[in-house]
Amino acid sequence: MVEFTLPKNSRMVTGKTWPKPEGATNTKKVQVYRWNPDDGKNPRLDTYFVDLNTCGPMVLDALIKIKTDIDPTLTFRRSCREGICGSCAMNIDGVNTLACISGLDDAKGDIKIYPLPHMPVVKDLIPDLTHFYAQHASIMPWLETKTNAPAKEWRQSIEDREKLDGRYECIMCACCSTSCPSYWWNSDRYLGPAALLAAHRWIVDSRDEATGERLDDLEDPFKLYRCHTIMNCAKTCPKGLNPAKAIAEIKHMMVERIV
Amino acid sequence: MAYLTDRKRAAGMGSAKSGTQHHWQMMVTSVALLFLVPCFIFTFGAILGAPYEEVVAYYQRPFPAIVAALTFAVGFVHYRGGVQTLIEDYVHGPARKIALIAMICLSYTAAAAGVLAVAGLAL
Repeated sequence: MVEFTLPKNSRMVTGKTWPKPEGATNTKKVQVYRWNPDDGKNPRLDTYFVDLNTCGPMVLDALIKIKTDIDPTLTFRRSCREGICGSCAMNIDGVNTLACISGLDDAKGDIKIYPLPHMPVVKDLIPDLTHFYAQHASIMPWLETKTNAPAKEWRQSIEDREKLDGRYECIMCACCSTSCPSYWWNSDRYLGPAALLAAHRWIVDSRDEATGERLDDLEDPFKLYRCHTIMNCAKTCPKGLNPAKAIAEIKHMMVERIV
Repeated sequence: MAYLTDRKRAAGMGSAKSGTQHHWQMMVTSVALLFLVPCFIFTFGAILGAPYEEVVAYYQRPFPAIVAALTFAVGFVHYRGGVQTLIEDYVHGPARKIALIAMICLSYTAAAAGVLAVAGLAL
């Protein structure tokens, strides 16, 4: 049954408020979710003040500054710092997005940062994406062919290649899946928008010869049909993709097979 | 604790090879209700508040009777599909099956009661 309250050991408590940097006149209040699996304490919301005059313009810059100058125990993933690796996906002011492409000035007031929703937390802002990645692997995100490989490459027309646009650009940041209420309640069986977007990318690939098998594997009340077109995925995707549309197109193909 | 691999956990018991029929049925009943509900409101509204004998005479005409009977039948079949989805979304464990059985039985009972009521007036 859906739970409407958090378990006792997951309830948020008031965290530590760190002092403002000395001499700073232009500061931003940043509140960050903190949880350490080793101390046995409940998660808390720590408050930091970042000196904007000595900090880069993005939320990731603020987090790096906090870790470097204020609290080295703060834990988060980051890598490319330009919105292509998806590592720094987190919930910033209620929206799942990438910290590296979210401006500090996008938020009018204080900034609250949590890990991606409804995922097990490894530590602080790091969610456990093991199941998310396994679901992606389960849709066989690779070219499946039965014909012998050609001497050169598998050929594809320009028109067929264009069908992959809006599908292949996914960076697997998990912003979409973790914003989806259907995925929150049934992530054990529902594949979620990210995996289904990837599935659609291979289903519509003109070179792939496993279209039927791929559709067979998805034809399930839970794997596919938990999508109720809530559209949170499309709204939150930091790359501007539309997983809901891809899912609708898969459903359309399913209907085409029976009607 | 079960030593399942991540892939095994994600694959679960595989595809049920169903769901499209349910999806198609919801689409068909939605389209049908798009026409039936306005017709029902129009026909039922026309006789609302009239004396009993007048209502009986009205529903002995084929059009209002067929519209009403179809609205009840199709409406509750659509309701059955919708509530099934709702329960599958939010209720987990053994309670899911119990809730599904109860709601499916209730839906068909309500549809039967509606159709029977219209039949009682029309025949």
